Formats: sequence, C-alpha cells, structure tokens
Amino acid sequence: MTQQFYVSPEQLMKDRADFARKGIARGRSVVVLSCRAGIALVAENPSPSLHKIGEIYDKIAFAAVGKYNEFESLRQAGVRYADVRGYSYDREDVTGRGLASVYAQSLGAVFTAEQKPFEVELIVAEVGGDVEGDHLFRLTFDGSIADERRFVVMGGAAERVAEAVMDGWTSEADFPEAIRLAARALREDRTEPITLEVGVLDRDSETTRGTRRAFRRIGPDELAGILDGLAERQG
Amino acid sequence: MNDFLAERVVSAATSSFTEHVAATRPDLLPFHRSLPADASAVAPHATTIVALAFAGGVIMAGDRRATMGNMIASRHIEKVFPADRFSVLGIAGTAGIAIDIARLFQVELEHYEKIEGTLLSLEGKATRLGAMVRGNLPLALQGLAAIPLFAGFDLETAVGRLFSYDVTGGRYEELEHHSVGSGSVFARGALKKLWRPGLAEEDAVRVAVEALYDAADDDSATGGPDPVRQLWPVVYTVTRLGSRRVAERELAAIAGAIIAERSVAGREA
Repeated sequence: MTQQFYVSPEQLMKDRADFARKGIARGRSVVVLSCRAGIALVAENPSPSLHKIGEIYDKIAFAAVGKYNEFESLRQAGVRYADVRGYSYDREDVTGRGLASVYAQSLGAVFTAEQKPFEVELIVAEVGGDVEGDHLFRLTFDGSIADERRFVVMGGAAERVAEAVMDGWTSEADFPEAIRLAARALREDRTEPITLEVGVLDRDSETTRGTRRAFRRIGPDELAGILDGLAERQG
Repeated sequence: MNDFLAERVVSAATSSFTEHVAATRPDLLPFHRSLPADASAVAPHATTIVALAFAGGVIMAGDRRATMGNMIASRHIEKVFPADRFSVLGIAGTAGIAIDIARLFQVELEHYEKIEGTLLSLEGKATRLGAMVRGNLPLALQGLAAIPLFAGFDLETAVGRLFSYDVTGGRYEELEHHSVGSGSVFARGALKKLWRPGLAEEDAVRVAVEALYDAADDDSATGGPDPVRQLWPVVYTVTRLGSRRVAERELAAIAGAIIAERSVAGREA
C-alpha cells in the first residue's frame, strides 16, 4: 500500500501557484489601455478565430492570457452572468465590478478546491465617461483582484512590455495612437513578425454608432491601416 | 453563479440564452407561468402590426394603442422593436407577454452573437422566435396569446424577408406584405391596393402608415395618427445597412398628408 506523504498547506498552495504561473508565462502577452477615445485591447494572437479578447456586455470587454479552453469557459460564463443580470434587472445594472468579483470567486474556488488551478489571467475592462471613469480589473489564477489605472499588461513578457507602454502612455491618445503604442510594446525585442488581435471599447458608441454596445473588433484591413502609420513614423 | 464550478460551465454550454435561463432561472421567462383560465380580460392588448417589402429591404410599422376590454389602456405603447442590427419584430396580443418575448428575443440574439462570435442566420433567428411563441402556448390557451411578425435583411441572399407565426409557433414566410392583430383584416385590404413591386423606401413608409390608418378607421382597438398629441406609428426599416427607426417628423409629414388627402376627399366609408 502506498504511503500518503504529508504536504503542508503552504507548500501545496505554493506548488499550485508556481504551476499556474508557469502556464501563464508560456502565453503571449496582452495589453489593455485607457485612452481619450475609450479602452483599447491588443493581444498577440496568431489565430484569427480563437479570440483572446471578447465582448461581455454593453460597456464591458474581456481579455485573457493562458489556457484557451479555461479562459474561453470563463468568458462564456461571464456573458451568461451579464445577460441574465441585464435581462432580469436592467442593462445599466450590469457592472464590471460585479462581473470581476464573480470571476474572483470562481477562480478562488477553483484554486483551492479543484485538482488543478486555472492557468489564466484575466482583465475585465469597463469603459466610463472619461479616462478617470474607466475600470480595469485584473484577475489572477488564485482569485486575487486588482483595480488598475491607465493600462494593464499580462502574459509571458509582461514586465518588459509594461515598461514600453509606460514610456509612451498618455490619456490624450486616440485609438490608432493607443493601438500603435501597444503594438510597438508587444514587438519590442522581437525579430519575427507577430499577428495582433485588437478590440476597442468606444467611449461614445451611443453618439457615433447609435448603439449601447461599445465593443468593436478591429478587422485585419483596418488594423493594417492603423499599423501602417506606425511603419511610417518609424521609417 | 456564486457556486459556479468548472464542470458546470461545460455542462451548461449552450449558445441559447433562453435554454440557459430555462435551465437555471425558469422564473425569469415570460411564459412558464400558471394562471387561472381566461386571464385575458385583465391584461392590456396591443393590436395592429403591418410589414411589407420594398426595393432593398423590409419595413414594419405598429400603431400606438393598447386596449383593456373597451377602454384605451395606453396611447403611447410601442409594439415594434429592433431585434438586432438586421432584424425587427412587432408583436400583437397580450402586451405584457409580448413585450417580454421581444426583450427575451433581443437578448437571445445578442447572446448568441457574443458566445459564438458571429451573427445567427435570418432563418435561425426566425426559428428561435418560433420556439418562443410555442413556449407561450399554454398561456395562449388561457387567453394570453402574443403573435409576432418578424422581418429582417438576409445577409446571405441580400434580400429583405418576412415571417409570420401561428399560436403554436408555426413559422410561415410571407411574400410582399403581411399584417397581424385585430385591425389586420383592414390593414391587409389597404396593403393589397397600395403595395407595388419595387416600392421606394419613402413610398413604403407611406403605404405602411396608410394601412395602419385604414385599420384604425374600422378597428376600435387600433389607434390612428394623433395630431393633437403628436403621436405617430412606430416605423422601422431594415436594409443592408441595418435597421433604422423612421424619424418622428418624417412620420408627422406623411400622416399629415394622408389626413389632409382624406379630408379633401370627404368620403364616408
């Protein structure tokens, strides 16, 4: 009969955290940043159909790094949570804070109770009336939650990318500028070309597009146009 | 949601909001309620909806009256709703149920779009709406029927299409034009005379308003244009550019022209 070794709770949690961190560090980075026009979400993602960035609700978007199946199930659960809430109360009663705390509880429960923690890191971004009104909630694999300002970077090369974003960040940027900044930061130190996935939360979607749904995916053609500006500036 | 676990997420995997709500919060659905027989006398009713095809799209219009027995319950009610960017629905029947079904249908389409990352096909949307009407059958048999009319722009074939429903959820594609509600017999008569193939958009708006005028003329449950309160029908058009609500002043001008024409004609019936 095999002997069950004693493992202290501290060691157990540390092992789980190390495991999750390793999984996330393998992933490519995501940058989410507030600017004058709204919130831009930029991810390095070679797949055109498996998204790391998605719409949750009118003013709320989602970005993730880590294991696709895990964050995709969390994204879908978030859409369900938001839609049920908006349907049973009112659309304005769906908030980023509410969604982020639900995610925090789920991630925390999985981290302590399940066989294996989720190897994911998430951002719940909610666009407000101005840069000060934006919310960027960052959630980690153990259920910790942080309310970030200005911008968030997560994933494998987060520190390096964050430094590059920090240097160029300004609250006055419009979307092309913000996207170019994020793209430049994600490309730093990289020689091979990278594929980007980009979405934005429009601050003025009601007036400019006539819809409450602020999220918009930037298609490849539009993105190429935006990034051409980057090449011109560098060239 | 608080007791959410990984396997629950997977087992609950569906792209349909209605299915998700039926499994987790059935009390939120507009149907699935048990009521005493013939509850219809206590609930306001919405009446006439007309829809017609024109060159480049479809148009749907509804009057603004809700009635409860022989009383007018509301002069401001809206019975035509945008379902998503490329479709609209109008509902006649028990107002409370109808508005809830429209709301549920809006969330259903948006939910699918967010989960799947793509729009549902127009056929798919029409089928989902049929399932909702069928879900309401028990209440319909107790006198709380709500019958929708659905119109949308089919992005696959690039044409506007119309769908009508019966109380069991049966779905029928309509060509040219259709109308539902208590004033629909009169509206249909008007549509048959006024509709022509290849109508321009502004002419189609006029045809829809005039059909509602005729319905209101003979059906006491349908409200006509109300120049005193400046109330006009709710009209939506759907084209390849998406759905658009026709502006109040546009409708005021059209309704004003119809009223003036008929005053000049001075006919009795």
